[in-house]
Amino acid sequence: MRVGLLYSRIRRDEKLLLSELRDRGHEVLKVDVRDQQFGLDDAPEDLADCDVVVDRCLATSRSLYATKFCEAYGVPVVNSAETAETCADKVKNSLALSQAGVPTPATDVAFTKESAMESIETFGYPCVLKPVVGSWGRLMAKIDSKSAAEAILEHKATLGHYEHKVFYVQEFVDKPGRDIRVVATDGEPVAAMVRSSDHWLTNAAKGAETEAFELDAEAETLVKQASDAVGGGLLGVDLMETGDSYTVHEVNHTVEFKALNDAVETDVPAEVVDWLEAKAGAKQEVVV
Amino acid sequence: MAECVQCGADVTLHDDAEVGEIVDCTTCGAELEIVERAPPVLDRAPELEEDWGE
Repeated sequence: MRVGLLYSRIRRDEKLLLSELRDRGHEVLKVDVRDQQFGLDDAPEDLADCDVVVDRCLATSRSLYATKFCEAYGVPVVNSAETAETCADKVKNSLALSQAGVPTPATDVAFTKESAMESIETFGYPCVLKPVVGSWGRLMAKIDSKSAAEAILEHKATLGHYEHKVFYVQEFVDKPGRDIRVVATDGEPVAAMVRSSDHWLTNAAKGAETEAFELDAEAETLVKQASDAVGGGLLGVDLMETGDSYTVHEVNHTVEFKALNDAVETDVPAEVVDWLEAKAGAKQEVVV
Repeated sequence: MAECVQCGADVTLHDDAEVGEIVDCTTCGAELEIVERAPPVLDRAPELEEDWGE
């Protein structure tokens, strides 16, 4: 099959995917979105004949628009624009999970410092303030006191992009020093790991230690439900343990899996490419 | 081998280096992007953007 890979930066995740695709004899076309022009009618030449396009844009904004254009041109793209749009925005992500009945942390959204402060006081301390767009634990604030809340709200309201004036306030989940990352393809778990840290943020990008994790039936069900809630695709579902159950705090749509691949015995890129082949319906068209 | 655009030092690339990959100059520490593979050409890597990530 002919696979287009949208990118602007090649991380180890993309190298793993490229290697697996090439090893299987697929024709791989790397498409640097920085070089492209997306017109309203015709697909850029590089994308037109792809059996499937894989969005691996590092920038959320590029991911959102590039996938939208692919769909407008009739070029199959994973993940879909709908999934990208839902996952890229924490508000939409939380709403989708909640509406699907997936347990997710209690969340308020407020548009002024004053109303955000009311939410924070209602949640109590500590609680969490997050940017609606962002990754890798950046600009996340665990708020321990009223004075800290006032300072952070003031900074966000004064200095930030307009999106920082959308205050996303969330209950603090007292997780056991770790959270769970599951990579899944259309809701089927590929592999899972726990990310552990002494810090309240347990992102792999923040240096958390990783270890393979065996999902139980409840977690597998939640992964499927969370995936369906955001439109499916190749996803990173993040869960936290809450005593004898779980809560799903977010679903990631351009999931990074290099840390997971190192932590588990499963060959994650191979599983992903299996899924891509099935997705493209092109298993029999492999170019040798 | 490629040349660092910041300090001019030689930068060795791995055999599996890809266009779009970021490498460090071990002499000056600059982050560099591979913009051509054969022959290798480097440019300064883009700065981190607010919306980068998963």
